[in-house]
Amino acid sequence: MKFFPLIWTNVWRRKIRTTFTLLSIFIAFLLFGIVMTIRAAFSLGVEIAGIDRLVLINKVTLILPLPISYQHQIQQTPGVQVATHQTWFNGAYQQPTNVLTTIAVEPTPFLTIYPEFVLPAEQAAAWLTDRQGAIVGKDLAARYHWKIGDRIPLMSAIWEPKNPWEFNIVGIYDGGRSVDKTQFFFRYDYLEENRADRLKGNVGWYVLKIDDPSKAVELGTTFDTLFANSSAETKTTTEKGFIEGFAKQIGDIGSITIAIASTVLFMFGMVAANTMMQSVRERTNELAVLKTLGFTDTRILALVLSESLFITLVGGGLGLALAWLFVQRGDPTGGLLTIFELPPRDIVTGIVLMLLMGLLAGITPALGAMRLRITDALRRS
Amino acid sequence: MLLNLRTVPSRLGSSAVAIIGIAGVVVVFVSVLSISAGFSAAMGGSGSRGRALVLRAGSDTEMTSGLEGEETRVIKEAPGIRRDGGTALASAELYVIVDLPKKSSPDLPANVPLRGIEPAGVQARDEVSIIEGRMFRFSTNEVIVGKAANQQFVGLNVGDTIVSGQNRWSVVGIFEADGGVAETEIWCDVHTLQGVYRRPNSFSLVMAKLDTNDSFDTFSAWLMKNPQVHATIRRENEYYRSQSEIMTRLIDTLGFGIATLMGIGAVFGAILTMYTAVASRTREIATLRAIGFNTASVLLSVLAESVVLGAIGGLIGGAGAYLAFNGHQTSTMNFQTFSQVAFAFRVTPRLFATGLFYALSIGLIGGLLPALRAARLPISSALREL
Repeated sequence: MKFFPLIWTNVWRRKIRTTFTLLSIFIAFLLFGIVMTIRAAFSLGVEIAGIDRLVLINKVTLILPLPISYQHQIQQTPGVQVATHQTWFNGAYQQPTNVLTTIAVEPTPFLTIYPEFVLPAEQAAAWLTDRQGAIVGKDLAARYHWKIGDRIPLMSAIWEPKNPWEFNIVGIYDGGRSVDKTQFFFRYDYLEENRADRLKGNVGWYVLKIDDPSKAVELGTTFDTLFANSSAETKTTTEKGFIEGFAKQIGDIGSITIAIASTVLFMFGMVAANTMMQSVRERTNELAVLKTLGFTDTRILALVLSESLFITLVGGGLGLALAWLFVQRGDPTGGLLTIFELPPRDIVTGIVLMLLMGLLAGITPALGAMRLRITDALRRS
Repeated sequence: MLLNLRTVPSRLGSSAVAIIGIAGVVVVFVSVLSISAGFSAAMGGSGSRGRALVLRAGSDTEMTSGLEGEETRVIKEAPGIRRDGGTALASAELYVIVDLPKKSSPDLPANVPLRGIEPAGVQARDEVSIIEGRMFRFSTNEVIVGKAANQQFVGLNVGDTIVSGQNRWSVVGIFEADGGVAETEIWCDVHTLQGVYRRPNSFSLVMAKLDTNDSFDTFSAWLMKNPQVHATIRRENEYYRSQSEIMTRLIDTLGFGIATLMGIGAVFGAILTMYTAVASRTREIATLRAIGFNTASVLLSVLAESVVLGAIGGLIGGAGAYLAFNGHQTSTMNFQTFSQVAFAFRVTPRLFATGLFYALSIGLIGGLLPALRAARLPISSALREL
């Protein structure tokens, strides 16, 4: 640590150069943070998707319903803890194009299966007593300034004949960082009671919690065989697999974002490397003097490497911190990205990349400095 | 000024850093925006002004719209529809999706649009032509497949059988539709589809060919007044354009955001490079000044160098993006209809030009400060330096 003043002075020897190098690295890691956030947003919360939850959909397509009579059979199957169903409502608020994620559920099993939706106990109790009750995510409530007790009309293009459908907000749920807090859940019995007779008795899909995740595939096959050759055949996947499949439908966002992030880091890594190269070249005879004074080769190596590490860690650290702050402000696209968080895993990756970049940028000039022969170096000036 | 450029090769290292930096910005900028250009071209080029879509009142997509058989019959009687003899060129259609694997990820299902049509559905769409096999026969399980769907999804060649739950569909033909979204769809007989999806006598929409482009108002006004029909009426081309809005806005917001930040970073890179260039040539510049070059020409020469670096970077980046991505076929899920749309990345001349402009601006801004410094160098002390 006693060499810190020396490193500090060397870093700031050329103020303009150091400032702009720091700024470049800063931008690189700001971008890294943002790109990784986008990547997480497009993975649609797959990280928290339970591997102990299975999703049963109609084999032909997700939009075809399944009969509600399946619930009993699914619930009776050994290994299943809770089975419940959900139905896509396609509720639009204020104007027909403003479709929210609205899903009809059964409150009690729903809250049991999804412990990540955090709802105060008295709000959960209120939901059970109000057939028109609905719970909404914190972000959605904030977007429209909804509060508990509000009566919200939604239009549904799918479900007839009632329109608009009116709901009472009885609860506002919260949740961890990658929980989608823009959803609107209401009671299935309200939907069933008010939709046309020909539409009754159907649900969108089933979600079930199983005892043992390692039995997921086996159980899936059991269900799919059970309902084979019926009018509505099923396809069972783990919730994780289901969401991954859904995210993949948008496209391979993962590889696009990684390509962008690598381009950015490569570009700005070059800038840092170039700066270090010049900085060492300029100081050849100074380094020789240090050696003359008795600095060992390793110490010279460490000195130069610390300089480049200092630049990447300070610049990159600030960049990543700003990305984090930016992400805290919320989704800039106005609600298109439902999950907008910088995953902690990527923060760690970022720090590792800073270290790597610092080492790579500094290693060639540092080795060069270490191998300097005092006599040559002094003569060169 | 030329002298200045001629010395560039001697500073290859740091110049290359600036060029690579700028080229990187342009590659990312152009390629990300080529996604949305391609997507909106596919959607915007779809549909015709001469056709109208009738959806249920309040529906904004074919996917969520629903019309009863009786309503579709009334709609077909509306004035303003082109008639061929006694029959209206209007097709009541059912739009659903079917799970099929993508070639790029054969293990995962994708939502492929499946459209049931009536005979008028083909007659009214002049741009549709069969390029392989034949048209399907009505009242059978035969289907025809769009060209893009054939390329993107597994098992959609002529002669293949699509197995979907207990349903079997035989592919008998491939069609094209001027590159529009219809090319990602599978078409079959609407009545067969109603049976298979258990939606007897239920349709999503009516597609009607207008008598002339101007008949839209007559057509629409008659339907709006008719109490038997509760409908939203859109011109087909406008409908498709609105379908691409969310996706295009999303990609553009993200693309511009990333490109702007990268651009700022590249400006810093260019400033560094040009400062180095000026610093390493301090004595040379001072000499030039001493023998009579004025400050303006020194300033211009440094700026010129920086702009040339920008131009080279821009050209390399633009060409790189073009070679790597132009025409790249892919498909995505349109958020609004929930179904797959195939499209090709498009590096348009305009995008290329924007990228180049961007690169030149980076060069110009990056060169400004160093150029001022060079111009202001005090001759006497600069000559003494080094």
